[in-house]
Amino acid sequence: MSDLTPTTLRNNVPLSPDEVLEIALESVLEFLPCQRDRNAFSLVNKSWNRIEAETRFEVVIGNCYSISPQRVVNRFKAIKSVVLKGKPRFADFSLLPPDWGARFSPWVVVLSGAYRGLEKLCLKRMYVSNDDLVVVANTFVGFKEIRLVCCEGFGTSGLAVLAGKCRQLRVLELIEDEVADDEEDWISFFPGGATCLESLMFDCVECPLNFNALEKLVARSPSLKKLRVNRYVSLGQLRHLMIIAPQLTHLGTGSYGPLEDLEDPLPANELRDHVSSAFAASKSLVCLSGFREIVPYFLPAVYPVCANLTSLNLSYANILVEEFKQVISHCHKLQILWVLDLISDGGLVAVAATCKDLQELRVFPMDTIEDNAGPVSDVGLHAIAEGCKKLQSILFFCQQMTNAAVISMSINCPDLIVFRLCIIGRYRPDHSTGEPMDEGFGAIVKNCKKLTRLAVSGLLTDRAFSYIGQYGKLLRTLSVAFAGDSDMGLTYVLEGCPKLEKLEIRDSPFGDIALRSGMHQYHNMRFLWMSTCKVTRQGCREIARQIPGVIVEIFNWNQVGEEGENSDLVDTLYMYRSLEGPRADAPRFVNIL
Amino acid sequence: MESVITHEEGLNLKETELRLGLPGSDESSEKESISISSSRNKRAVPDSVEDRESVSDTKHATAPPAKAQVVGWPPIRSYRKNCFQPKKVETETGSYVKVSMDGAPYLRKVDLKVYKCYPELLEALENMFKLTIGEYSEREGYKGSEYAPTYEDKDGDWMLVGDVPWEMFMSTCKRLRIMKGSEARGLGHGA
Repeated sequence: MSDLTPTTLRNNVPLSPDEVLEIALESVLEFLPCQRDRNAFSLVNKSWNRIEAETRFEVVIGNCYSISPQRVVNRFKAIKSVVLKGKPRFADFSLLPPDWGARFSPWVVVLSGAYRGLEKLCLKRMYVSNDDLVVVANTFVGFKEIRLVCCEGFGTSGLAVLAGKCRQLRVLELIEDEVADDEEDWISFFPGGATCLESLMFDCVECPLNFNALEKLVARSPSLKKLRVNRYVSLGQLRHLMIIAPQLTHLGTGSYGPLEDLEDPLPANELRDHVSSAFAASKSLVCLSGFREIVPYFLPAVYPVCANLTSLNLSYANILVEEFKQVISHCHKLQILWVLDLISDGGLVAVAATCKDLQELRVFPMDTIEDNAGPVSDVGLHAIAEGCKKLQSILFFCQQMTNAAVISMSINCPDLIVFRLCIIGRYRPDHSTGEPMDEGFGAIVKNCKKLTRLAVSGLLTDRAFSYIGQYGKLLRTLSVAFAGDSDMGLTYVLEGCPKLEKLEIRDSPFGDIALRSGMHQYHNMRFLWMSTCKVTRQGCREIARQIPGVIVEIFNWNQVGEEGENSDLVDTLYMYRSLEGPRADAPRFVNIL
Repeated sequence: MESVITHEEGLNLKETELRLGLPGSDESSEKESISISSSRNKRAVPDSVEDRESVSDTKHATAPPAKAQVVGWPPIRSYRKNCFQPKKVETETGSYVKVSMDGAPYLRKVDLKVYKCYPELLEALENMFKLTIGEYSEREGYKGSEYAPTYEDKDGDWMLVGDVPWEMFMSTCKRLRIMKGSEARGLGHGA
């Protein structure tokens, strides 16, 4: 029957209805790249589960201890891309003792055995050694992309091996890693001839580099679109790179000033003009960052690109308010802006006036000491609320705030997905009314219907948490510090937020009763972190006993051997869901109940 | 923290300190019964609370700005915190600090150990940057020019050069900045 379509025949043998269904499902799955959707798909029945497993190319593991590498490779046979995350976020703030875990080594051993065709690797908050990188470089022949975010344990010698051996490397992105200086000139290890490089980011690498080698590398990388250099590249050197690579879309400028031991032959005003011309020639540039040791005199050289910028990171730039205002006044298309608070409320007003398309704003503090007043406040937040109505994500550090400004943002910015406010002064109330900050955060969860991530601060009573429980129905991540009155606070959240996945709490008066109230939830969550709260060993033990599939780790690293009525209190509780039993690599100070 | 040291020397440095806050604010933090808030669920108990900040109905005391060091607070990654620590290079013979001047394209470096007193240092800066700095008075700062020399001390605070004894300046100065224009003028008026 000649009108049979190819999909119903294989080797001229008609397929069974089941096989036809399989092929149809595979085609459907092509349109389901999102892991969340695929997970749902795979739960329908065994055969859907199998089909999904066979066609999945990327696996995202949000907690490296939730599943063993062996189990992953047993289920998925054809993985090309792995995203793996390790330590909980509070590790960034020294709240997790070193040597806690999250080593990449056990993973790389198994992955290298199973996925010879692995092409992409993204690791976040993991301990990655040079040896691990050697395994990656030696094993995965067609390896294309590596992204290391907030990782540590490796150095320039590991980078050298990656550079030298991964001939298909397109992406090498190092973001906020701690990279040891093994005194290896890793840039020189890239092979000669044209490279496939599309993205090279190493602004966090605190080691001097061979500029000559970098210049030649950029010159023979015709596909390079993203380049972020470290602060060992001077402004004069940067200009050379920009001339060689006018096609860049993303640029990290390095120091953006002269380097001490490097004599620039040009007088300053000529250098500035040359840099300005280089920016003018970079017609594709949309994302600008760096400015690690900026000499403000040269800042005006960026003006030619400002009108095209969609992303600008000045959060390392020590500049004056007026200098900032000059730059921002040109940036009409900006969608992402990261700045230091020294731009002050006046600078924020300028942002609000110009950046009407702003989607993400982060304001970092220059000074981290708790103080009565700082350069940014409710005034600046209010201005942003009224000027940047498309805002989706905000991270705002300040010394003082008012409910009114937060409420204003909740009303003016209905698209908010992420709201993170950090009032550096702990327990600080609304500075104009003296009231707790409950109403402000309440308005955020009530009015911002798309909110999925929230970080709270300031003086907060249990009422704030009752609002979160009442309105935060889509909330997935919540960060709490120095807040709340009693167990009720945490109970409201655990009972009220069905989508909660990540809950991190420090220094708040929540104890065992609150902990118990979440028992129905914990297997739905990725993790719960509670440090310096009021949970006891007994309370944690109860949870561990009653909920299978959840690992309860406690550390008492401040109180080893201390006796007394409080010695049953737990310093840190870190609980996460897992398909495996207790991990074998836990260090001495970690107690797994 | 450092506030304890100032009182041991009886020199109430905070009075002469340059701050970004409004005049009159921050007075309460000078009451030295700052209890270093322990990390175990205790809140800093204030001795006195400014009227502006008094809370009427809540049972929680409003905490004065506590200068205590709390681990991991505020939640900033240490990489970012460390980026702004100026690096002072102490060699056997010299004590070099960076000097910047507003509007100038290059930084310079001076060896503080070369000078014995403020006038010598200021004269050197005037020569280096081809400018006049003006007369120093304790009450009014630097009068007579649009420049004011400031320095960052080891607390990270910006101070007017000349307010503290020379030896103390030598040991606490991390970098120098010659301010120009309106910001400099503001310094002379007891801000």
